[in-house]
Amino acid sequence: MTHTQEQVVTVRPEPSQQPVVEMRDISITFGTVSALDRVSMRLFPGEVHALMGENGAGKSTLIKALTGVYTIDAGTIVVGGEEHEFHTPAAAQAAGISTVYQEVNLVPNLTVAENMLLGREPRRFGAINVRAMNRRARQTLERLGLDVNPGSLLGDHPIAVQQLVAIARAVDVDARVVILDEPTSSLDADEVEKLFDVMRRLREHGVAIVFVSHFLDQIYEIADRMTILRNGRLVEERMVAETSQLELVRLMIGRELEVLERLDRDQRQAAVSSETPVLKAVGLSRKGSLEATDLTLYEGEVVGVAGLLGSGRTELARLLFGADTADHGELEVRSSRRRLRSPRHAIDRKMAFSSEDRKAEGVIGDLTVADNMLLALQASRGWLRPIPQATRARLVRDYIQALDIRPADPDALMRNLSGGNQQKVLLARWLITDPDVLILDEPTRGIDIGAKTQIQTLVADLAAKGMAVVFISAELEEVLRLSHRVVVMRDRRKIRELPNDDVSVSDVLEIIAGEARQTEEGTA
Amino acid sequence: MSATIAVPNPSVWDRVRTYSPSRRYLPVVATFALFIGMFGAGGIRYEGFTDPQVFLSLLLDNSFLIVLAVGMTFVILSGGIDLSVGSVVALSTMIAAKTLEMGWSPYLSMVTVLVVGTLLGTLMGLLIHYLDIQPFIATLAGLFLARGLTYLISTESIPITDATFTELAFASITLPGGYYTTWTVVVALATVVVAAAVLARTRFGRTVYAVGGNEASAMLMGLRVAAVKVGVYAISGFCAALGGLLFGLYTLSGYSLHAVGMELDAIAAVVIGGTLLTGGRGFVVGSLLGVLVLGTIQTFISFDGTLNSWWTRIVIGALLLVFVVVQRLMTRRQT
Amino acid sequence: MTDTLDRAPAPERGAARPGLAGRLLGHQLLWPVLAIIVMLVIDVIANPSFLDVRIQDGHLYGNVIDIARNSAPVMLVALGMTLVIATRGIDLSVGAVAAIAAAVACTRIVESADEGAASATILASTTALAVCVLLGVWNGFLVSVLGIQPIIATLVLMVAGRGLAMLITDGQITTPTNDTFSNLASGFVLGLPIAFLIALGMVALTAVLTRRTALGMLIEAVGINPDASRLAGVRARTITWTVYVFGAVCAGLAGLIIAANTNSVNANSLGLWIELDAILAVVIGGTALTGGRFSLAGTVVGALLIATLVRTIPSIGIPSEANYLFKAFVVILVCLLQSPRARAALRVRGRRGAQPKAVAA
Repeated sequence: MTHTQEQVVTVRPEPSQQPVVEMRDISITFGTVSALDRVSMRLFPGEVHALMGENGAGKSTLIKALTGVYTIDAGTIVVGGEEHEFHTPAAAQAAGISTVYQEVNLVPNLTVAENMLLGREPRRFGAINVRAMNRRARQTLERLGLDVNPGSLLGDHPIAVQQLVAIARAVDVDARVVILDEPTSSLDADEVEKLFDVMRRLREHGVAIVFVSHFLDQIYEIADRMTILRNGRLVEERMVAETSQLELVRLMIGRELEVLERLDRDQRQAAVSSETPVLKAVGLSRKGSLEATDLTLYEGEVVGVAGLLGSGRTELARLLFGADTADHGELEVRSSRRRLRSPRHAIDRKMAFSSEDRKAEGVIGDLTVADNMLLALQASRGWLRPIPQATRARLVRDYIQALDIRPADPDALMRNLSGGNQQKVLLARWLITDPDVLILDEPTRGIDIGAKTQIQTLVADLAAKGMAVVFISAELEEVLRLSHRVVVMRDRRKIRELPNDDVSVSDVLEIIAGEARQTEEGTA
Repeated sequence: MSATIAVPNPSVWDRVRTYSPSRRYLPVVATFALFIGMFGAGGIRYEGFTDPQVFLSLLLDNSFLIVLAVGMTFVILSGGIDLSVGSVVALSTMIAAKTLEMGWSPYLSMVTVLVVGTLLGTLMGLLIHYLDIQPFIATLAGLFLARGLTYLISTESIPITDATFTELAFASITLPGGYYTTWTVVVALATVVVAAAVLARTRFGRTVYAVGGNEASAMLMGLRVAAVKVGVYAISGFCAALGGLLFGLYTLSGYSLHAVGMELDAIAAVVIGGTLLTGGRGFVVGSLLGVLVLGTIQTFISFDGTLNSWWTRIVIGALLLVFVVVQRLMTRRQT
Repeated sequence: MTDTLDRAPAPERGAARPGLAGRLLGHQLLWPVLAIIVMLVIDVIANPSFLDVRIQDGHLYGNVIDIARNSAPVMLVALGMTLVIATRGIDLSVGAVAAIAAAVACTRIVESADEGAASATILASTTALAVCVLLGVWNGFLVSVLGIQPIIATLVLMVAGRGLAMLITDGQITTPTNDTFSNLASGFVLGLPIAFLIALGMVALTAVLTRRTALGMLIEAVGINPDASRLAGVRARTITWTVYVFGAVCAGLAGLIIAANTNSVNANSLGLWIELDAILAVVIGGTALTGGRFSLAGTVVGALLIATLVRTIPSIGIPSEANYLFKAFVVILVCLLQSPRARAALRVRGRRGAQPKAVAA
């Protein structure tokens, strides 16, 4: 995320050919919410086309419109000169459009070859010809430079390999368009290189590749052209080579970047004076997720955890909170030393943890905002001591106001709130328990910029009032902006801990990169 | 006990010892070992237990259950469940008995039974796939519907006296060595073979596994999920009707209280046969072995004479428990 | 009480709060209640004196009272099932548990020194319910500790349970003679059948336990999102476990009432398919099988609907065994009414595959 453009980018001239796909003025609404508003996108053969935008910009909706998962309300989709409207993924595939989703959409209980060829297996006398199928799968895999046994069960391979198999499946259809929706988010550097290698081969074969990734460096390394979306609208189509990273970020998040920059200047470098440790972890480890790690938290400080996905940052948070149990190590909370066997133990010791996976591990969708807010407090009181009505009402009202939660209706169902507001409710859930230690794993992921700023401000305020905060984020800028101290993680261990005085993003990146070593691991 | 285990020659033993089956086949191997072990134990305890005719009777007495379990395997592999099969068996015996009583041709009667069963299954499949109704509840409706229809036809037991049916029921096929079996067994085993081929070697079959493995993925892979999800229930309905015909041949009567709770036996057989109840893993052969294990328990009890019939259910329950817990521990270790 | 009972999820109609008429029309229990009324109307047409209630020996008699009494076992089982289903579970073993409870109680009474004494019934019933607690602990252990899918975990006891019940009764149809015991089914207090009062009492107790404490909210939280609940500090395991124990006790009570009704226990047939009736009652009452929010009032209505149906069928001249046929239609109808897809298809052309979802940011 350097601000100057350093990579040499293959500049591809505006192709003279017709686009293989042209989506014009696509609109999709869910209920009353407009998810896409007259968005257009063109794809040319033999290019890697990045689809850019913050979470909620409409990237996945646009992809799902192209692949027939969603039916469009307005607009036209032209594929190979013919107008199409896809109602099923099968129809889109038949037209040569294949998709590889972030969460590998294959079946783990069948073999690699079957996963590649399911639905179009070679047959002889009506029966599947397993030999021919394995042979064809092997050929395709070889063409992509992949060494995988076609007869092995897919589920026995790491996610990275599964992802590559998914691409192999897409390629086998002789796809004209391959859509890669955040394929790199759980891959380590080597695996990403492998993926890019495969992508380059496909590009040479004239395939149009739609590439979605949150890692800007990857975009600049591989993509030729990009379409930028914001809030369900098209911002611009650009050549990657003609756009600087700063420009791109500005296009993606709009003018509010300046707000962030201001916040940046205001809040950084606030020093902490407290010497009182709240939490002390020694040699905390768990097989397969974290190597022995020490960490001490002091009152009133924000400790930022930097590291890539799979670096152990989430695992550290989960072990601190007892969401996973540690194999070894000691945890001292307010000088009471006990192993945390469950979140309950941690909560009883005045700790709080907001998981990175908001939907799966935070939100109780069918309960009201009020119930969601009070859940942790109620759980620690036990079911026999319900929170009195008056207290309930007061707490909920106060926090809705304080965190600016919208709609400001305690009885609204949680699942009807936007991601940002859900996150605020979850924060309120923990603030209500009045914790000493607050562990936030990616609290700002996938939420709009306004809510993001509010949450960042809140974290700073909480620390100022004496709370110890562990702040984990994939966005290094955010980590550096908020933290007093930065812990850098890599390969499932802590590699450096440094006070945040004038540390820059590239410093941190260098630390991460400096420790580079070949490793087989790294799959989250 | 070890005394009776024949000591195989070393080379075979070596091969057996060093053979490590793919993890996929482990549950089926376990069931097979269980079956052999039980049969062996029976051979030690009771005289005449290991007579091949005992094994043939095992097939004969459970031919209908084998067919039911085959249909159930399809459904469970796809990640569903079918509670209606017991009732469909009763309905099938009733339709056969009633139509024969009315003087229909036996062949027309059989075709009618099969068509009705398949239609019922298809109907449930349609409800499950297109209206997103849980398999459990949709087939519950099927259970009630089939049982209700049976009562509607007659609340009394109707004997089957048709010549073709009785002939089929009693005709025995002599095997070398003086042993014999019946056509019902042939039908049941043929069903197993056909089902195994369909599951292993056709697109439909592989898609059943894919849907059971991850339905959303199967959909996004552009597979014909709808056809499979409706199809497995149609197959299960067909198998239940076929099983009903075999049951009708076995009891030579149609009765609304036939086969109460037989769906549980079918499900138990499938699970004991090593098929994962959550779908995606398992084999028809395993279900056949599962039925044989259930049948062996019954044979055990009838050979013993001092044990009461309810021990069958308790032992089946215990076996079910063991398989379910082991499955759970194995899948837990994987994740 | 309805206030306590009824916290069924309100239908979502955007932000605007509908008026009284709208709330009534959109209410989850509108259809089942209408169905009961329609059936009663049909009964009255077939038999004008159907609704008559007469007083005899200070007790109320009549078809309506019978319906109330006959609904008791299903209502009890369904009550436990409601909470189990709310935690995303299901309990298939309740029929077998009912049989075991009845078997234990009846054999205890028959074996006791004074077979006719009230104390024999009390002792026997207590023993039976204690056994049910153990069975519930067993189910709960498989589900909450071993993490086995509920439908599979309870299948074990469903299969083995009747065998156990026959083991207890030695395969005999046990017939105790004890007035206190038979009063469980046929006795009256304040003119109302004891069985119905027991069921209502349990409903009231459950309502207070779940809605006047935080238990209901915690059960719903666990049912909607178990992982999130655990991270929020909810003792999900304990809650799940408790709910299965409660379900088994309810089933046991139902088993006692059924046995008392005929003064006998046939381990093979007692409570056969009651799990299916109970699940049906729960579903009719608007509690989704996918867990989460539950409605006790709905379950009561569901159980009454089933009892009314069973009573209506013979009264209009259809053989009573055919009630299965009608139950099948009720299941399908309820599913159609509750299936979002079916409703969407009825209303407007649905958007394929696009499940309405919260829009991210």
